[in-house]
Amino acid sequence: MQTSVTSFNPTFAFNTLPPDWPGNFWLHWLVFTIILIAFIIVSVIMFIWFERRLIGRFQIRLGPNRVGPFGLFQAIADVIKILTKEDIVPQKADKVVFWLAPLVALVPVLMVFAVVPLQSGAMLVDLNIGILYVVALSSIVSIGIFMAGWGSNNKYSIIGAMRDVAQLISYEIPLVLSIVGVVLLTGSLSLTEIVGAQNIPFILLQPIGFFVFFIGSLAEINRCPFDLVEAESEIIAGYNIEFSGSKFATFFLAEYSEAVLLSALTATLFLGGWSGPLLPPILWLLIKMFAVFAIIIWIRSTLPRFRIDQMMAFAWKFLLPLALINLLLTSLQIVFWPEASSWIIVLLSFAILVALILVWSKSFKPGGNKVGI
Amino acid sequence: MGLEISFWILAVVTIISAVAVVWLRNIFRAALSLILCFLGVAGIFVTLSADFLAAIQILIYVGAVAILIILAIMLTREVEKGSLSNKLKIPVLVTTLLFLGVAIYAVINTSWSVVTLPPQEPTTSAIANQLFGRDGFVLAVEISAIMLLAAIIGAVTLMREE
Repeated sequence: MQTSVTSFNPTFAFNTLPPDWPGNFWLHWLVFTIILIAFIIVSVIMFIWFERRLIGRFQIRLGPNRVGPFGLFQAIADVIKILTKEDIVPQKADKVVFWLAPLVALVPVLMVFAVVPLQSGAMLVDLNIGILYVVALSSIVSIGIFMAGWGSNNKYSIIGAMRDVAQLISYEIPLVLSIVGVVLLTGSLSLTEIVGAQNIPFILLQPIGFFVFFIGSLAEINRCPFDLVEAESEIIAGYNIEFSGSKFATFFLAEYSEAVLLSALTATLFLGGWSGPLLPPILWLLIKMFAVFAIIIWIRSTLPRFRIDQMMAFAWKFLLPLALINLLLTSLQIVFWPEASSWIIVLLSFAILVALILVWSKSFKPGGNKVGI
Repeated sequence: MGLEISFWILAVVTIISAVAVVWLRNIFRAALSLILCFLGVAGIFVTLSADFLAAIQILIYVGAVAILIILAIMLTREVEKGSLSNKLKIPVLVTTLLFLGVAIYAVINTSWSVVTLPPQEPTTSAIANQLFGRDGFVLAVEISAIMLLAAIIGAVTLMREE
């Protein structure tokens, strides 16, 4: 089904903002930069609170509930605590690299938010290469992690950083291939047009793509079960062992901004973004973001951590073939069967997804299955 | 005006970081300045309205090539001191100067055709048509794909256990 590119949800046509709202270029730039930074920081604080409360639920305890109503101000108290800690730099560290590392990890994530549409037209800049820009910039983050690992001059840090590169290189390929399916259906790389094209959310038309994208991005942001980078029981805290005070806070902020970004991108690419009935668009985006993040927390509190060889095998032997098959099926459908009813496509895609997972999981046995890398 | 200012900033950053790649003794820092150099080139692509190329430059050179270089450095011991046994300074200087001379001669003596049209928008479909369309460069694309495949197979063969 090739949806037309410009078909926006008519209900919210009156909500569409002009590209340089409110006024000229510089005013637009200033207003949206402030909005985005406020949006990121408030979302990060809410996400931390949400995660700790939900993890508490999963582990049959209360979670933080002392500071403020429902423990809402716990994250703020933590930020104040972290920022007032002593800032320690190891004597044998590579000082310049050590200082720059947290910034290199944080800045690309903040830059990516420039193209995420908060509602129709409400974004810093509507690039026509939107999703490519997102993929390109988010690959810079791991250089910050590298710099941290190398600059600390600590062997656990370096092990953590090396695991990060193995993970990044393996999971970026299926991740990008799974996005290509969405781009094929939309016919555009722009995130606004991807949202506009979703009369039916792409999670229904592209279930295989969604599956690969979600797992791949869990690995990209180093969340459980892919948190080998900072596996506490093996390498203490990975790349950020030696960091304290505001540098550690910056890493923490970068990590959670990536989680916010992943939730926003999943909502935008596969769940229809800001579009939805009745409620205002920004609220729909937030609801979808929190729903995605709840699933991430659910996965975190359920699954154990991968071993490194299992992690590599999973990317190359499971996700990559699945992403390629998804790409092939999507292009075949667009070329040979463009007039197919969407509901047939939905049923077929889900049937193929279930069949593929069942067939492929036969070749992965728990325990054995040693893979050399 | 703004375009010229950003071009000069990017050009200076790119050249300084390119010189730093050669100058720095610490190979890890040299690799980091190589990344800065790649980012500067991407910025220059942006000033030329080649947004697709800029994103691809970052994705491939910063996201893949530079990361593999850093990984190789991390797997090597005592890289901070540089290569101690290396005696290729003079030959490298001579070859580099020769190459620089040839490159400058070629650039100066080429009659560059200047296009007066405004840059195309969006560039993505234009590039795709050039690469994969009729009368495009599809043969070159296929040949480079086969070369990459051969390189992958070669790497696998080298690393294969008995």
